[in-house]
Amino acid sequence: MTKKQKKTIKRILVAALLLVVLKLLPLSEMLGSVFGEAEDGTPFVLRTIATIVLYLIPYLVVGYDVVINALKKIRTGDFLDEEFLMMIATIGAFAIGEYPEATAVMLFYQVGELFQSIAVGKSRKSIADMMDICPDTAIVLRDGSEEEVDPSEVSVGEIVVVKPGEKIPIDGLILDGTSSLNTAALTGESLPVEVTPGSPVYSGSINLTSAIKVTTTTEYENSTVARILELVENSTDKKSRSEKFITRFARFYTPIVVILAILISVFCAIFTDLGVSGSIYRGLIFLVVSCPCALVVSVPLSFFGGIGAASRRGILVKGSNYLEALSKIDTIVLDKTGTLTEGAFAVDAVHPNQIDADTLIDIAAVAESRSHHPVAESIVNAHGKHIDPSRLGDVEELPGRGIRAVIDGKEYYVGNGKLMDEVHADFHECHLPGTVVHVAMAVATGDSEAAGNSVAADDGATEGNKEKVSEYLGHIVINDVLKKDSPDAIADMRRAGISDIVMLTGDNEKVAAKVAGETGIDKYYAGLLPGDKVDKLESLLDGTRHVAFVGDGINDAPVLTRSDVGIAMGALGSAAAIEAADVVLMDDRLGKIPEAIRISRKTMRIVKENIAFSLFVKIAIMVLGALGFADMKLAVFGDVGVLVLAILNSIRAMRIPKSS
Amino acid sequence: MKRTFKLEDLDCANCAAKMEDAISKLPGVTKCSINFMAQKMILEADDDKFDAVLKDAVKCVSKVEPDCRIII
Repeated sequence: MTKKQKKTIKRILVAALLLVVLKLLPLSEMLGSVFGEAEDGTPFVLRTIATIVLYLIPYLVVGYDVVINALKKIRTGDFLDEEFLMMIATIGAFAIGEYPEATAVMLFYQVGELFQSIAVGKSRKSIADMMDICPDTAIVLRDGSEEEVDPSEVSVGEIVVVKPGEKIPIDGLILDGTSSLNTAALTGESLPVEVTPGSPVYSGSINLTSAIKVTTTTEYENSTVARILELVENSTDKKSRSEKFITRFARFYTPIVVILAILISVFCAIFTDLGVSGSIYRGLIFLVVSCPCALVVSVPLSFFGGIGAASRRGILVKGSNYLEALSKIDTIVLDKTGTLTEGAFAVDAVHPNQIDADTLIDIAAVAESRSHHPVAESIVNAHGKHIDPSRLGDVEELPGRGIRAVIDGKEYYVGNGKLMDEVHADFHECHLPGTVVHVAMAVATGDSEAAGNSVAADDGATEGNKEKVSEYLGHIVINDVLKKDSPDAIADMRRAGISDIVMLTGDNEKVAAKVAGETGIDKYYAGLLPGDKVDKLESLLDGTRHVAFVGDGINDAPVLTRSDVGIAMGALGSAAAIEAADVVLMDDRLGKIPEAIRISRKTMRIVKENIAFSLFVKIAIMVLGALGFADMKLAVFGDVGVLVLAILNSIRAMRIPKSS
Repeated sequence: MKRTFKLEDLDCANCAAKMEDAISKLPGVTKCSINFMAQKMILEADDDKFDAVLKDAVKCVSKVEPDCRIII
């Protein structure tokens, strides 16, 4: 609690005590005995003045700042705000002799303000705690000794020492040391990540087990942590339609209410027998209940809470407007590679011919062991065991077809169907979709030199070289593997009420159909060039749908920008993804998308509840007040009570909703 | 030039919106945004006039919410 809040509490307590004492004391009799009985003129005036003065004490104790601020603002011209309303309402109440009510109204107003200030401070703090991912200092190795400096003073390529329990200040690569890192602040996942020399590390992760040395690869301003902080802090600048509505609303609302209050008082005074004070009282009820603070505070508070809840889960929403847009999404368009799939190749199936599967993999892996092609790497990975480099003799790359390799003295062809045709292997295509790597062994027939000839050399002459026959050993099917959680995430999206899920891919029909089938996606478009993806998305944006596009942010920036909500995943370490998208998933789990939608819907529901509830209660009390059925106490509830309830409701937005 | 300032005792969201409005209209200001939740103000103004603009901004803030201060 701040100093100001503590002071306000004291003032409220003192004023409340004084008010209760004044209420309990038989004031009129006491004053009557001092100033004489009421019936004759002068003592009556004195008695009234004495009562006003007595009630002014608690009133000023609790509300002097409101009165001073309101008066100050009258001088500046722009004075129609809640403090002005409160001042007019309470002074009005004093004027018509409702002293205890005037004091109570001011007292409750201050209670509401205090409550609001505490609630806002609390949510600010919880966001700040979450955002406490950035260390204040970095330990740099300079000339062999450790130096503690501000992270922004570390330049690219310097070596930073991070001790266990400390946060990594700047993105970089591990130079020395092995440790595990807690990246929960970035991704929302609590499972530690193991790192070894050469691993990239991101600022904001906490080093858990042992000291590491990190060579920085970026400056502080461009490191992950700085970018996230900037993003979240600026997120509330992009205001949602609801927020804009409320701000505009408040601007017109206060003057309208003041005018209405005056009209009602005048109307009652002229056309009813309420008398002057009774008429003013009705107008005052109007003023007290009218304060728009419940709306003006609770709506941005809800959005802030929602954005905070999302970022605790590693979902960065770049603005309240995107949170609002996210809640309306009914169609999700996904990129295949890197989004539904890992974006990395792996051996899917091994179909040997005559030999066993391990031998087939072994031959292919040894043949491909010098290649850095992703397909080659996936075969080597599938082999998994150590490959003796001396086994591999002569290797020749055959562009567009594969390779010819001599392994353990024998000659093999590893490649596609075209290569198999060329070497006259009796091969067959696989029934499975994906990249198929065939393996054949050259069979020396006739002239031994002929078998040693490179296929490339007798490219056009294969027709006449009939004796060159290879024995077909089988094939390996390689596919971009599906992310483990993709099918669940798709099912979860449907549960979250997404009616249409569409996959876009540049891959062929067969592969697309397989991935769509495995994930449960009903609609897909295959064989798309990057430009086609934008066209497809635009055909979906027919004005009735709200479309989110999910991609890895690497080469789909145009599609991300074109959609209603662009979601980039796997953003940890990718500046491009953070730039291009409206919503950024720090890790690459699709399951975060239904979660983000749930958070956004919950937030929007709370915002709508608050708007509807506050307006309904206020308008109801205004009508009742105008008709004479509401008294000041109800009006105070309409102001402070509604404010408190709306704030309590909006605090709910900070909690992460459970998945259904 | 673009600078970020902390605001102290910024207690009402409506006031923040009003301040933002008023400061944005000051001569020399390119852009001003006040984040009520983060209690921060980002002020973008012409380099040579920045100090003068900042002075005006301070006045704007205390006019709208007398308790609130820009921490410079």
